[in-house]
Amino acid sequence: MDLFLLQVTNTAAEASTSANYFPIGIQFLFAIVFVAVMIALTHWLGPKRKTADKLANFESGIEQVGNARQPMAIKYFLVAILFVLFDVEVIFFYPYAVNFKSLGWGGFAAVLMFVGFFLAGFYYIIKKGALDWED
Amino acid sequence: MWSFSKIANIIHEWLSQTFNVTWTTIIEMVIAGVAVISLFAVLGLVLVIMERKVSAWMQIRLGPNRVGPKGLLQSLADTLKLLVKEGMTPNGADKFLFNLAPFIAMMVAMLLLAPIAFAKDFQLWDLNIGVLYVSAISSISVISILMAGWASNNKYSLLGAMRSGAQIVSYELSAGLSVLAIVVLTGSLQLSEIVNSQANGWWIFKGHIPAIIAFITFIIAVTAETNRAPFDLAEAESELTAGFHTEYSGMKFALFFLAEYANVFIVCAIGATLFLGGWMPFHIGNWNGFNNIMDWIPSSVWFFGKTFFLIFLIMWFRWTFPRLRIDQLLNLEWKYLLPISMVNILLVTAMAILKWHF
Repeated sequence: MDLFLLQVTNTAAEASTSANYFPIGIQFLFAIVFVAVMIALTHWLGPKRKTADKLANFESGIEQVGNARQPMAIKYFLVAILFVLFDVEVIFFYPYAVNFKSLGWGGFAAVLMFVGFFLAGFYYIIKKGALDWED
Repeated sequence: MWSFSKIANIIHEWLSQTFNVTWTTIIEMVIAGVAVISLFAVLGLVLVIMERKVSAWMQIRLGPNRVGPKGLLQSLADTLKLLVKEGMTPNGADKFLFNLAPFIAMMVAMLLLAPIAFAKDFQLWDLNIGVLYVSAISSISVISILMAGWASNNKYSLLGAMRSGAQIVSYELSAGLSVLAIVVLTGSLQLSEIVNSQANGWWIFKGHIPAIIAFITFIIAVTAETNRAPFDLAEAESELTAGFHTEYSGMKFALFFLAEYANVFIVCAIGATLFLGGWMPFHIGNWNGFNNIMDWIPSSVWFFGKTFFLIFLIMWFRWTFPRLRIDQLLNLEWKYLLPISMVNILLVTAMAILKWHF
């Protein structure tokens, strides 16, 4: 079974030339220049009267207590790690979504199996309580 | 009649007569870049005033009405004010990352504008993997938020950044899956082909119930991804001051603000392209008279009309739903939206194989 990833209209050689991505380089440059000009402009126009009180971190008007970079709840990181797993599975759908017509029911059965594994893992993390925030 | 593609063609012909090929390309790139930047500036101004006017209208008050006719120049005045403010970097901050974050936020928003089809035959860059490109680039925006929050060395900023880190990445899953539903129906990742496939009807009408489910999931997910209320936990004013951009002032703050509004525009433009037919006019079957009237309206008006309708919808959410708590927010995504969109994409695939859609 030949799977051609991301080939819709162009041939493989055409789709992967770096010249196709040249406009994005230009766009990138323009974005950098735009932000740089804006920041330079505000630096040039704005006042520069820095005092110790002004440069302190904002803590609703009271004295700053300690460093902000303290350990955070692990739940946030757990969600981020779960995202990595699940996003990779979503990415696998892209080549299938483009090619499913030629793959027909055989491909559909394969994807059904794939989603089955996906949902099994999903059931596992729900049962394990990975998404419960109350301790 | 005048259209964007006609103007672009006239400029292209004039340039290719006057200069050789290389210079023509370079000058066209410069024009495109300047056009994107000015579109950006205009969008920022228009969306800010629109947001304020819409919220004023929903709360039965006047909203800004002093600067310019009916207060329409208010956001321009605000921008000028922000430009002459002092841009500070707090003492405890990581100076390099603190200043890098607005760059990344803006670059993401600008790069995302490239593959959008604004009108008939008028697209900056018709990429063959358009949808994949959009979802790839838009996931970078979370890095700028995390960077801003961590570098600020402020407790509010860090909390906001952590929340949005968890939130944006989670909702990206169902946004990606609902976009994939349309990719399945079209069989192409190219945005221009997706628009062309809707010439005889938009996907939201042609795709039966799965397309509608995908559309609803998409709107919920992008509202969360752009940090709009009711999912604005990352910058919840009433609990976190301003969330991840508490310490930013002057133009650096304005750039975050601009990037946020540009992102709202972009996700609505993508939604309009995928589900509502992009620049395709509204047609009803064989009603030729009606269809001809609809064809007469320029394609750019259709595109911007649909996009601004979706933007209005997202602004409407803000004044309808109260803010969620972080665990409710993650429950909504992981326990409801993700399984629903997962099953939905299987439904769409089965439907497309059976050729049940029009």
